[in-house]
Amino acid sequence: MAATPKPEELQQIDYTPPEKEWMEVPPSFKPGTWCYAGKPQILEYLGLPNPRKWSPADEDWKFPDNWKNTILEGIRERLLKFRSFHLFMDICVRCGACADKCHFYLGSGDPKNMPVLRAELLRSIYRREFTLTGKIFKKMAGGRELTEEVIKEWFSYFYQCTECRRCSVFCPYGIDTAEITMMGRELLHLIGMNTNWILEPAANCYRMGNHLGIQPHAFKDSLLGLVEDIEMETGIKVDPSFNRKGAEILFITPSADVFAMPAIFTMMGYMMLFHHLDLDVTFSTYASEGGNFGLFTSHEMQKRLNYKMYAEAKRLGVKWILGGECGHMWRVIHQYMGTHWDGCDELEVPVSPVTGTRFEHAKFTKMIHICEFTADLIKNNKLKLNPKRNDPYRVTFHDSCNPARGMGFFEEPRYVIENVANNFFEMPENTIREQTFCCGAGTGLNTDEFMEMRMRGGYPRASALKYVAGKHDVNLMATICAIDKATLDALVKYWIPEVEIGGVHELVGNALEMEGQNDRETNLRGEPLPVEPSESPPAAEGGEAGAEGGEA
Amino acid sequence: MPNIEVGGKQIEVDEDGYIQNLDDWTEDVAKHIAEQESVEMTDAHWEVVQFLRDYYKEYKIAPMIRILVKAIGKAMGPEKGNTKYLYSLFPAGPAKQACKIAGLAKPTGCV
Repeated sequence: MAATPKPEELQQIDYTPPEKEWMEVPPSFKPGTWCYAGKPQILEYLGLPNPRKWSPADEDWKFPDNWKNTILEGIRERLLKFRSFHLFMDICVRCGACADKCHFYLGSGDPKNMPVLRAELLRSIYRREFTLTGKIFKKMAGGRELTEEVIKEWFSYFYQCTECRRCSVFCPYGIDTAEITMMGRELLHLIGMNTNWILEPAANCYRMGNHLGIQPHAFKDSLLGLVEDIEMETGIKVDPSFNRKGAEILFITPSADVFAMPAIFTMMGYMMLFHHLDLDVTFSTYASEGGNFGLFTSHEMQKRLNYKMYAEAKRLGVKWILGGECGHMWRVIHQYMGTHWDGCDELEVPVSPVTGTRFEHAKFTKMIHICEFTADLIKNNKLKLNPKRNDPYRVTFHDSCNPARGMGFFEEPRYVIENVANNFFEMPENTIREQTFCCGAGTGLNTDEFMEMRMRGGYPRASALKYVAGKHDVNLMATICAIDKATLDALVKYWIPEVEIGGVHELVGNALEMEGQNDRETNLRGEPLPVEPSESPPAAEGGEAGAEGGEA
Repeated sequence: MPNIEVGGKQIEVDEDGYIQNLDDWTEDVAKHIAEQESVEMTDAHWEVVQFLRDYYKEYKIAPMIRILVKAIGKAMGPEKGNTKYLYSLFPAGPAKQACKIAGLAKPTGCV
């Protein structure tokens, strides 16, 4: 694995475009800027074509026979199937409004990371092969031949896009550039050009119910380990249930909340909340993943992985599903699930058993976000909270791309944070809410061999964070996505190590007043809390397991 | 994908040197990987490696660092059940480096 250049080096970004025309500039595969290829056994498991050993660094990518025809047929089929795709291929006027909105462009200076040009990589083939002007005027009409070089270029740049959709916010035509990347990746899958970090989680999820490949006994034991930790911090023994038929609610969250740092602190918060409310809720060791790496693969794969959550809800006979702090799960639920199937009639419109609130907007999905659920509890005065226990933290909030731009989810997490923490500060307004900057490693790019691009792509987010850290001494960035929790942890260690990453329900867990609890001398990370919060300096450090654990 | 050769046997590893077939693991393989990682194996190292292998045998997944720290603390006492001690043994990170030497697969997903 390539060593990542130092921050001072990465900051020297050259925005001068190459002298040659873009079609003449071949892609380069410098270590740190591409992800390892899908392993053949994983492709076989998922039934994907052209399983073989190869590497993007090789000259010969082992293209399958007749690959050109496969790609062109793939485009033809998708133009017919997805009107959005057809429209997005036709309507761009290259105004350039998106050009400087992409975190990968801002962090790399590579013009092919301008969303307009990234789309042009595919559009040029569309023009040449599927439009009359392109067929006649070829390059003069912006068309070009489909060659192996083009495929390599697609691989490079469709895997240097996190489908975050920040560019789309600024497009006067509303072109969803993420969908262009999604089409690009789908086409690449047809000929077996894909990355292992996306496919192995998808295969794990298909086979074992979650991305990490946590088997049922490991899932249960991991949560029981957290039960011990909660008892140590609070004196309360929570009692989660697993695969319990007849429960009212099924809770589904990313498997990283079960098995990765710092997401497990968020899991502790969920479990404390459920126990405190005596909520009739169960975990499933089968539907043990909220995330859906199918979204980063193809519509077909996405559909397969989404459906299992509802199959399990039906099997257990629950009324509705409560979803955890996950990012892209919510994009699938809100924007794609309705195109896959007719929804689950066996479930009911979610109603909070504590407040009686009926979540009418979720009548199709039968699923609400834990932050909606908790915000409703707070609004109805159902929780006793002591925000002072979060006083060592000076908190900012990172809007995760998918809940933010995919479902307009801005207020609920903020409302919760402001009720559980006394010190909350926003990053600059063009870097939050619908204009939020990506963590730099979403859509399955959160792998170590891609670290240089991750640090480049996360640079805008880190810069905004650095601004509030300097201005308001922010030392914790809360977020509601498991990929964020893992990738931002690496990002802040690189760019701004004085800041830690946490979850909203971790803060809820810290503040929650539970009946019968002890004096709560530590937070959920085991870090000691100041006895007199107002007189102690911020940023409690130490906490053996928490402070140094930079690994999963 | 590249191979490493240990005791005359070719062993398949991934791009980052993790062995691909967990049954290929032997103490000699571990020593070979440790050498490449510039880790000199002592009894203390083997203790952790053995713990990881036992954990993997039971759970089929590499433990996250917190579980590792806690379980080692329980089994071997608090002076070993802390991240500082584990980092002193495996400077590139107890989870990743120790798992690599122990022949476990890398975890994937939102991690």
